[in-house]
Amino acid sequence: MVNYYVRRTARVFVTIFLVASLTFGLVRLLPGGPFTLLRAQLLRQGVPADEVDARIANLQNIRPDEPLWMQYIDYMTALVQGNLGESISLGEPVVSVLARAAPWTVFVVLVSTILVFVVGIFLGSLQAYWEGGRFDQLVTGVSISMMSLPFYVVAVLLLYVFAYQFGWLPTAGTISNSVDRSLSVPFVVSALKHSILPIVSYTLGAAGGQALAMRGNSIQVLGNDYVQVARLRGLSDGRIATRYVARNAILPLYTGFLLLLGFRLGGTVILEQIFSYTGLGYYMITALNANDYPLMMGTFLVITVALVIGVYVADLTYSRIDPRISAGESDEAY
Amino acid sequence: MKPTETDSTAVDWRGDSASSPDVTRRERLKETYEARVRTPALVAWADWRTRFGLLIIGGYVLMALVAVLGLWREPSTSQAPRLLGPFTDMSYPLGTTQSGVDLMALVIHSTPTILILITAGAVWATLIAVIIGTVAGYKGGSVDRGLMSFSDLVMAIPGLPLVIILAVTLNPENPVVLGVIINISYWAGLGRSLRSQVLTIRENNYVEASRTMGISTPRIILKDIIPNLMPYITVNFVFAARYVMFASVGLYFLGVLPYSTQNWGVTLNFAYSNGALFSWQAAHWLLAPMIAIMGLSLGLILLGQGLDRVFNPRVRTRMAGESKSTVADDDDDTVTEVF
Repeated sequence: MVNYYVRRTARVFVTIFLVASLTFGLVRLLPGGPFTLLRAQLLRQGVPADEVDARIANLQNIRPDEPLWMQYIDYMTALVQGNLGESISLGEPVVSVLARAAPWTVFVVLVSTILVFVVGIFLGSLQAYWEGGRFDQLVTGVSISMMSLPFYVVAVLLLYVFAYQFGWLPTAGTISNSVDRSLSVPFVVSALKHSILPIVSYTLGAAGGQALAMRGNSIQVLGNDYVQVARLRGLSDGRIATRYVARNAILPLYTGFLLLLGFRLGGTVILEQIFSYTGLGYYMITALNANDYPLMMGTFLVITVALVIGVYVADLTYSRIDPRISAGESDEAY
Repeated sequence: MKPTETDSTAVDWRGDSASSPDVTRRERLKETYEARVRTPALVAWADWRTRFGLLIIGGYVLMALVAVLGLWREPSTSQAPRLLGPFTDMSYPLGTTQSGVDLMALVIHSTPTILILITAGAVWATLIAVIIGTVAGYKGGSVDRGLMSFSDLVMAIPGLPLVIILAVTLNPENPVVLGVIINISYWAGLGRSLRSQVLTIRENNYVEASRTMGISTPRIILKDIIPNLMPYITVNFVFAARYVMFASVGLYFLGVLPYSTQNWGVTLNFAYSNGALFSWQAAHWLLAPMIAIMGLSLGLILLGQGLDRVFNPRVRTRMAGESKSTVADDDDDTVTEVF
C-alpha cells in the first residue's frame, strides 16, 4: 500500500492530464472543426493558404495536416511548457490573459466561500442551540427563501439597487480606471469596493444552505450519548460546544466542501458576467461570443486546475482532521 | 431497537397475506396501495412544507397546461403598449416589455419547456447516480475503485463551464437533451454519497441471505438495496431538479444556450441588457421572471425538505397510527446545498 499522500498527489496529475486530453478532444468536436470559420475568413481576405495554415497552427499549437496522435503530442507538449496558444479576439497569448484574470476569480471565490462557511456554521450552531425558538424559526425561514433565489438573481437585484439606483457601489469592473494597478491603498480600496457586490451575492444563498445543514448536524450530534456524558462530567459549556459538538457537526460539511467548490468556481461564469468582473469566467464567455476557441479552452483548463488544486488542499487537510481517511478502506468485494 | 408488539403483528399480518392463497389480486393491490401510496401521501400532506411545495409545483403544472392548451395568448412583439406597468391594465396583468410583449404570456409560455427540462435533467442525474452508487458500493473491490475514480474525475471538472462548452458544441434545442447536458456531471457527487450508504446496507443479514441463496446481483440491488435508499434518492431528485433550473435559467440569462422561444432566463437577459437596470419604470420587466424562478425553486426546496421527513420512519409510524410513543419533532434536515 503506497502512502496516502503520494497516491493523492499522483491523482492530481492524472486528473489534470485527463482533463487536458478532454479539451483536445473537445476542440476537435466544436462545430465544423476548430478553425473552419477563421480559415474561410482569412482565405476570403486573400491571405495565401500556406500562411493561413501557419497562423492557425500558431493559434492552437495544432497542425491540421499531421496525424491525430502527432497533433495530440504537440498539443500536450505545448501545454506542459505553459503554452495555451494565442487568443484570436484579443491578439495576445492566452496565458497572459489568464494570468491577469485568475487572481480576481480566486479572490472572489475564496473570500465568498470562506464567508459561506463561517456565516453558515455560526448561524447553524446558534439555531441548533436555540432549537425551536424564535431565532431558529426566523433564520430557517430566511435561509429557505435565500436558497430559493439563484445567486444571479440576487446579483442583478443588488446591482440594480446599490449600484444603479443609489450609486453607492461601482457597477462594473475589478478596479476603477483612475487607479494605478500597483499595490497601494487606493488600489486595495477600489478593488474591495468593486468586489463587495459579487462577493455578497455569491455568499447569501449558499450561506443559508450551509446554516440549515449545520443546524441539522448539530442537533443530531447534541442527541449523542457522549455529549450527555460530557455534561455529566461537568465540562464547561464552551468546551462542549467547541470540542464535542462543533467539531463533529462540521465534519460532514467539510466533505460537502469538495462539491461546493466545484459548483462555485463554475458559477463564476455567470457571476462575473453580471458585474463585468474581468476574471476567468468573464473571459470564458467573452471568448465564447467571439468564437475564440483557444481562449475558451484555456480558461476551461485553468478553472479545472484551480478546482483540482482546491480539492487537493481540502483533502489533505481533511485527512488531518479525520484519521479514518488516510487509513483507507478494507471492504470485501462481492 | 427492540421490536414493539405492534411492529411484530404488522409483520405477521403482511407475511400471511402475501403467502395465503385466499388473497385475491385486488386485495393485494389494495394493500400495496395502502402501504406504498396512501400512508406516505398522508404523512407527506401532514407536513406543511410538502403541502406548500406540492401546491406551488402544482400551480406551475397548471400554468404549463394553460400554455399547452393555448388558454393565454402567445407572446409576440408589439402585441400591447410598450413598458406598461404591472396591474395597470388587467388584460396585461404583469405589464409589458419594451418591445410590447405581454410579460404574463412570456412567463406562462416558458413553463412547459422549463418543466420538461428539469424533469429530464433530474431523472438523468438520479438514474446514473443510483446505478453507479449501488453497483460500486455493493460490488466493492476493483469495480468500486474504478467507478469511484471515474466519478472523482467527473467531479474535478467544473460543471457550468463544461456545460457551456458542450452546449456550444452540440447546440441542443430539445429540452430533454438540454436537461441531460446541464446535469451531465451532477451525478458524480450523489453517486458517491449513495455508495457510502450502500456500504452499510450491504452488511445487513437479508442481503447476505440473498447472496448465499445465489440471487443475481442486479436483483439484490433492485430488491434489497434500492428500497432502502429510496428516501435519499427522492430528496436528491428534487435537489437535482432545482439545480437544473438554476443552471439552465442562468445559462439562458447569459445567452449561451440556444433558444427558439423566450423563457424566464432569456427574458431576464433582455431586460438586463436593454437597460431595465437604469429605471424604476422597467423594474417589473426584471421582477416578473425573477419571481417565476424563485417560486418554482421555493416549491422544490419545500418539497425536498418535506419529503425528507416523510421517509423518516419515526414520524411515519406516528402518522399511520401504529405507535403513539414516538416523538414528532426530530428534525434532521439533510440539506445538500450546491448552487
